[in-house]
Amino acid sequence: MVSTTLAERMTTVRFRPDHEPHIVVDGDICRDCSLHTCVYVCPADLFTLLSDGSILFNHEQCFECGTCYIACNREGAISWRYPGGGRGVTFRDS
Amino acid sequence: MTTGFDAVVAGAGPAGSAAALALARAGRSVLLLERGEFPGSKNVSGAAVYSPDVLEALVPRFWESAPVERVLTRRVICVTSEESSVALDFSSRRFASPPYNAFSVLRPRFDRWLADQAVAAGAVLLCSTVADEVLRDGAGRVRGVRVRREGGEIAAPVVIAADGVNSFLARGAGLQRELTGHDLSLGVKEVIALDRHTLEERFQLEGDQGVTYEFLGSVTGGVAGGSFLYTNRESLSLGVIVEIASLAEHRVRPHELLERFRAHPTVAPLVRGGRLVEYSAHMVPEAGQRMLATLAGDGILVAGDAAGLCFATGLYLEGINYAIASGRAAGEAAADALAAGDTSAAGLAGYRRRLEERGVLPDFRRFRLAPRFVMGERIHGLYPGIVTGIAERVLRSEGGRPKQKLLPAVTGELRRAGVPLRRVLRDLWEGGRAFGW
Ligand SMILES: Cc1cc2nc3c(=O)[nH]c(=O)nc-3n(C[C@H](O)[C@H](O)[C@H](O)COP(=O)(O)OP(=O)(O)OC[C@H]3O[C@@H](n4cnc5c(N)ncnc54)[C@H](O)[C@@H]3O)c2cc1C
Ligand code: SF4
Ligand code: SF4
Repeated sequence: MVSTTLAERMTTVRFRPDHEPHIVVDGDICRDCSLHTCVYVCPADLFTLLSDGSILFNHEQCFECGTCYIACNREGAISWRYPGGGRGVTFRDS
Repeated sequence: MTTGFDAVVAGAGPAGSAAALALARAGRSVLLLERGEFPGSKNVSGAAVYSPDVLEALVPRFWESAPVERVLTRRVICVTSEESSVALDFSSRRFASPPYNAFSVLRPRFDRWLADQAVAAGAVLLCSTVADEVLRDGAGRVRGVRVRREGGEIAAPVVIAADGVNSFLARGAGLQRELTGHDLSLGVKEVIALDRHTLEERFQLEGDQGVTYEFLGSVTGGVAGGSFLYTNRESLSLGVIVEIASLAEHRVRPHELLERFRAHPTVAPLVRGGRLVEYSAHMVPEAGQRMLATLAGDGILVAGDAAGLCFATGLYLEGINYAIASGRAAGEAAADALAAGDTSAAGLAGYRRRLEERGVLPDFRRFRLAPRFVMGERIHGLYPGIVTGIAERVLRSEGGRPKQKLLPAVTGELRRAGVPLRRVLRDLWEGGRAFGW
C-alpha cells in the first residue's frame, strides 16, 4: 500500500464540529513553554507552533482522545471538555 | 428535574450497555446516555473480543446475531528489528468452534448492536447527550447527572459511570485520581479494506476464521508500546499503541509511527493493495491495578475503562470483555441495591463482590506487575533487537564460516548490544514475577 499523508487520512473521518471550541488553549501559559509537547503528541496534528513561539490550535478535526491535555505539563494551558452531544468526531468503520 | 428512572448509565460503550441490559432485565427503569450520534461512534479498539463466555452470559449464542467479523483461531506474537522479525505463531482448531476464544469486531457496529440488546430489554437510550457532572443531595450522595441539554438534570438513586478512559464523571465524583502520561497510552489505528478473497488467501484463512498479530520492537521506534494487525471480514485493523509519557519524550508524531509500522518489511506485504477506509485515535488505560478507581460511592458505581478495568500487558490487550463483565456486575449490583432500598456505597458492595467472584479483580492483582514491566525501556527498545539478532546468527547460512552454537550466539549478541548477562537474568526474573509465577 502506498503511504498516505495525514491530510489524506483525515478525509476518511467525519467531523461535525461544535459551534464553540471544546478545547481552549491559553496562549499566555504556552508562551514560556519550551517543550511544546502538544505539537508532537496530537494524532490529528492540530497544534502548530508559530515562528513567534505561540501555538495555533484548531478544534475542528479533533478525535476527542484527550492526549493533549494528558501530555501537556503546564497546569491550566489546555481547557478540555467533550463537544456537545452528537457533535465532533463520528467513526463509522473502526 | 426529570425523575422516574431507577438508574442512569452514562456512556453506551460495552460497559454501559451491559449495565443497562442487566438493570432492564431485573425489571428496573434505566436511562442509557451516549454523547455520540449512536453507540460506538466515538469508540476505537483493535478490536478483538476475548473471553466470549463473558458476553455469552448476557446474550446466549451472541455470535449468531452480533455483527462479529471473524472467529479468531490464530494468534501471532512478533518481535521485530528494523529488518527482521521472530514470531510465535499459535493456532488452534479448538478455537474454531463454540465456545470459541475470540472474535474480531468493528466497534461502531458492535457497540450499536449491544446497546440495541439493552433497548430490547427495556432500557431507554438517549444519544447525542453529554453527561457533564454528577448531581449530589444535601448529604453529598450522588443522586443523578447533569446533562448538556435544556432542563438538563436527571435524577436517579443510582448512577453508573461507564464513560470510558476519559471519565470526567469518575473524577468529578472523587472516585478516580488525576491520571498521567504514565497511566495512559494513545492508540492510533487504521482500517484498510482488502477484498475478501485476497485477504483469506494472504492470511491462509478458512472461511470466517481470522488471525491477530501483535508486534513488539522496532515498529514503535524506541517509544514504549507495541502494535497490532487484526483481520476483519473484508478489512484489516492495524494500529500502534504507545505510552503517552514516552511518546512525549521521544517527540515523534503518532501518525508517523503508524506509517513506519505499515512500512515494516514484515507488515508491508500483509497490507499491500489495500485501501484506507478510516483513521482513528483513542486513549487506553494501561496501568492496571495501579489506576483502578474506587469502584463504588454513595449512589454511584464506576465500570469499564472509566474504572481503569482494561488490561494491556503486551501479551494481552483486553478491555471489551472486562467492560462487559464489570458493566453487567454493576447493573446487577445496582438492581440488588434498589430492591433492598439501600443505594449507599455499602448497599452497592455487591459490585465488588461480583468482580472478585468472577475473576476480574483477581486478574488485575495477579498481573499487577505486568504493565510496568512491559513498559520498561529494555523490553521494547533493546530485547527485540537481541532476539532477532540471535535468530539471525543461528539461522543465517554462510559457507566458509564455522556454524555457531546457540550459547555463543546469545552471548555474542548480548555483547554487541552491551547488555551484561546478569541484567538479562534480572529481567527474566522480573518477567517471571510479572507473568510466570
Ligand atoms: C487502539 C485500541 C485498541 C484496543 N484493542 C482492544 C482489543 O483488541 N480488545 C479489547 O478487548 N480491548 C481493546 N482496547 C480497549 C477497549 O477499547 C476498551 O477497554 C473498551 O472500549 C472499554 O469499554 P467501556 O465501555 O468502558 O468504554 P468505551 O468503549 O470508551 O465507551 C464509553 C462510552 O461513553 C461515551 N461517553 C463518554 N463520556 C460521556 C459523557 N460524558 N456523556 C455521555 N456519554 C459519554 C463514549 O462516547 C463511549 O461510547 C483497545 C483500545 C484502543 C484505544
Ligand atoms: S499546550 Fe501545553 S505543551 Fe502545548 S505549548 Fe501550551 S503549555 Fe506547552
Ligand atoms: S484531544 Fe486528541 S485529537 Fe483532539 S486536539 Fe487533543 S490530542 Fe489532538
